[in-house]
Amino acid sequence: MGFDTAYEAITEESDDQRWAFGTGFADPLAGVDTAVPDGISRADLGAYCLMLGDDALIMSHRLQEWLARAPELEEETALANIALDLLGQARLLLTRAGYADGSGRTEDDLAFGRGVTEFRNVRLAEVRDADFGGLIARLLVFSTWRLALLDRLRGSADPVLAAIAARAVLELTYHRDYAAQWLLRLALGTSYSRDRMTAGLAEAVPLTAELFLDSDLELRLSPRVAVRPAELRAEFDAVLAEVLRRAELAWPGGPAQPAPRGMHTDQLGPLLDELQSVARAHPGATW
Amino acid sequence: MTPSEVWDIAALVPDPELPMVTLGDLGILREVTVGAAGVEVWLTPTYSGCPAVSEMSRDVAARLTAAGAGDVRVRTALSPPWSTDWITPAGRRKLAAAGIAPPGPAPRRPAGPVPLTLSPVPAAVSCPACGSADTARTAAFGATACRDLYRCQACAEPFEHVKEI
Repeated sequence: MGFDTAYEAITEESDDQRWAFGTGFADPLAGVDTAVPDGISRADLGAYCLMLGDDALIMSHRLQEWLARAPELEEETALANIALDLLGQARLLLTRAGYADGSGRTEDDLAFGRGVTEFRNVRLAEVRDADFGGLIARLLVFSTWRLALLDRLRGSADPVLAAIAARAVLELTYHRDYAAQWLLRLALGTSYSRDRMTAGLAEAVPLTAELFLDSDLELRLSPRVAVRPAELRAEFDAVLAEVLRRAELAWPGGPAQPAPRGMHTDQLGPLLDELQSVARAHPGATW
Repeated sequence: MTPSEVWDIAALVPDPELPMVTLGDLGILREVTVGAAGVEVWLTPTYSGCPAVSEMSRDVAARLTAAGAGDVRVRTALSPPWSTDWITPAGRRKLAAAGIAPPGPAPRRPAGPVPLTLSPVPAAVSCPACGSADTARTAAFGATACRDLYRCQACAEPFEHVKEI
């Protein structure tokens, strides 16, 4: 079949289905062999996929808030692309979580139907960015940590989690490069941009130590299915040290009060109010 | 219907976001089986957030059903992840003819941690309009996850390029 224009081709069907709440576009794992291998606790696997999915969902939403606010159109496009990758990872992981834990909850149930205390994302994913320097610092820390984590999960005994991770690693690689290259540009730019970049790092640092806390869940699931977060620290430190060396910056010290997953800042509630507003106003709506 | 007949129909479904190429051209179509339970078609999504997967699946199922394939199930093969190396020579020619520079070989990852890239990689992309190799990347992200933006220094034409992944 040939088309004269790209427009004709994409309008070939009138019932264009793109994923959004209420469009009936559900289950990104449709057709994947979703069996959970013997010997893996379904409840634990579900909880693990849920927290990895929550990290991606909440970080994606914060990145989406930059759309129409980014300094240049090119950066807006970049942030939209990164947010879309993370949203895709979230959809796959939440779907896996709802299947594995036996609850049958869909990605929509999990994204739109839980309250703030039920979200398991790290606090780094949920905090607002004071400015572009803050965003770049947070994105560098988040993507460096998540890349190290998912790179190891390519070997998970859960084949679905392993496959999701293998795809995600390729995406997180350019997310991390994007953030690192912007950090260099800001740090080596003007004294003002360097100050803002330094301030951004100082905001991200207190939320970093908790990324490497081992929880009971991860201790139970590792090494077969999951990774102990403490194992990621050396790779994370090496990457940050290399970026900061090139940027001629020091990793800002400072006290950290690590909080386990499930503890949140007061910024997650307003984020969820917006993320869930349509689904809560029109439960079960389709259009 | 034989597997190769099913393949030929499914392979011709256009990509919703790059309609000048088909699922067969892009290497998204992975496998076809025909058995007692009906026809199964396996697709591999390009990126985690690719919004076109559902549309592709429905297009494949609709065309096969219309062609009399009977019970059709479109399934997702997540592993191994899609690579631009799977784009066929015909797909690359069609992209170039539409003004989109096709990807070069996907980068091979060395052993150990994923290497960090701290400076833009020099362009090795030829202009799809004039063929000049004197091009420069203007943005690392484009209208879809799979494309970035270039400009030809010889003929000044801006163009898109499919990123190697």
